[in-house]
Amino acid sequence: MQKRSWVPIIYILFLMLPIYWLVAMSFKTTGEILSGFSLFPQTWTFDNYRVIFTDPTWYWGYFNSIIYVSLNTVISIIVALPAAYAFSRYRFLGDKQLFFWLLTNRMAPAAVFALPFFQLYSAVNLFDTHIAVALAHLLFNIPLAVWILEGFMSGVPKELDETAFVDGYSFPRFFTKIFLPTIGAGVGVAAFFCFMFSWVELLLAKTLTAVYAKPIAAVMTKTASSAGYELGLLAAAGTLTIIPGAIVIYFVRHNIAKGFALGRV
Amino acid sequence: MKPSYQKAWFFVLPVLVLVAFNALIPMMTVVNYSVQETFGNNLFFWQGVDWFEKLLNSDRFHAALGRQFLFTGIILAIEIPLGVAIALAMPRKGVWVSVCLVLMALPMLIPWNVVGAMWNIFTLPDIGLLGYFLNHVLGVDYNMTQSPLAAWMTIVAMDVWHWTSLVVLLSYAGLVSIPDAYYQAAKIDGASNWAVFRYIQLPKMKRVLTIAILLRFMDSFNIYTEIFVLTGGGPGNSTTLLSIDLVKIALGQFDLGPAAAMSLIYFAITLLVSWLFYTLMMRNET
Repeated sequence: MQKRSWVPIIYILFLMLPIYWLVAMSFKTTGEILSGFSLFPQTWTFDNYRVIFTDPTWYWGYFNSIIYVSLNTVISIIVALPAAYAFSRYRFLGDKQLFFWLLTNRMAPAAVFALPFFQLYSAVNLFDTHIAVALAHLLFNIPLAVWILEGFMSGVPKELDETAFVDGYSFPRFFTKIFLPTIGAGVGVAAFFCFMFSWVELLLAKTLTAVYAKPIAAVMTKTASSAGYELGLLAAAGTLTIIPGAIVIYFVRHNIAKGFALGRV
Repeated sequence: MKPSYQKAWFFVLPVLVLVAFNALIPMMTVVNYSVQETFGNNLFFWQGVDWFEKLLNSDRFHAALGRQFLFTGIILAIEIPLGVAIALAMPRKGVWVSVCLVLMALPMLIPWNVVGAMWNIFTLPDIGLLGYFLNHVLGVDYNMTQSPLAAWMTIVAMDVWHWTSLVVLLSYAGLVSIPDAYYQAAKIDGASNWAVFRYIQLPKMKRVLTIAILLRFMDSFNIYTEIFVLTGGGPGNSTTLLSIDLVKIALGQFDLGPAAAMSLIYFAITLLVSWLFYTLMMRNET
């Protein structure tokens, strides 16, 4: 096993190179970037970050993204929990068809839905609100959460439920006091994936917002095109979008491998 | 065997309502557009299946579809074997496992347009790390905005960079679930490395690999943002994949009818291939 350990190391180096370049670029001045190639920033500057932290359109972009991503993750998990329980414990009319139909929404190309979503959310007066983006992202996150949680719940023996009911637990108490802690890792993994797919999605988030709920990713594209070639600023904004993901992944690092192994995903 | 319990429908009801709101209403809008012609001012005329006929006979659609299948085929052919190989070479225990997993998962958590922008900066011919290295150190003539081949190699490299880790994570999860006793038995029998892989590791990874292929197929078939930011579909139309073409027609030219018809055909193809995968997966399970 030892002699093969260079494979993951080379792979990780390959992964880090573009990220290094983005971070290095974010500390360079625009002049240095355009004047030619340099492996490290020659004159370190924090100006790019200063612009982002002092301009409300920039830092509100981050808040907007975090608000709708959190809303989406919470709603996805709350509604997916009972549904996943039903799929893992019972048979009911049309259960298999329903499960596949849910999965088909995970397959729908976002490009197909962009325009109809714009019209739908304008029609219900939710255009340019955080809740609109959070609801729209439910389209692909609920099916995913149900899929992951169902896998984890199927791994829990039915005897656990039966024993609890014999002991006189009501269903809500059993679910919150016994069942949820048992599948805690699964909830973590599902929440991680919901966060991830909502955080990285841009096409729908951009279509559904204009000013008040504009995600950071959309602020970036607009600035990149309107202010010409401000690569340093773009790189700094990009670097900052990596941080929330890195924090979230740090928290679930132990559960990710275990979660996949235990669950059906 | 699970008991039959019709009231379980109440458990699924919230999911059903929320997903149906997002899926059915937009889908009906798309179907509605796909059979009509509009000249603006909310005037619509019945068009029947004309758009579908035109689209299925159009060279532009065939070309985009061909490029889409080529792209998905290439990235699956690279990412799946590469991901499995890396998962096999990963350590099974120790502090390095967490470090490896965190670092590997990082690309997947970067917003898609940032991925595109990052690769754009990375590959700029004279000031990007990769672009500079290829042009000035290796002496290769590399310019993504002029050569379709360079553009294709860049989008493939970007997708491999972005998503191979998903295959690694899933395969790794399958691998760690194999009990040590299996390996010990293989050692006693004097099994070769290949035999261990073929008869112990591969069967255990079959399930997670099916999921990995399914997810990678669906997501690469729907890819839009990364490539749009990186190449804008160019040079020419060389990297205009299905989604990019669709958005060009729908939001660029505002041809709602053809765009809607294209959406439906596009969705039908994704659905068909995914359904084939899904049924295969379910059959293996029972």
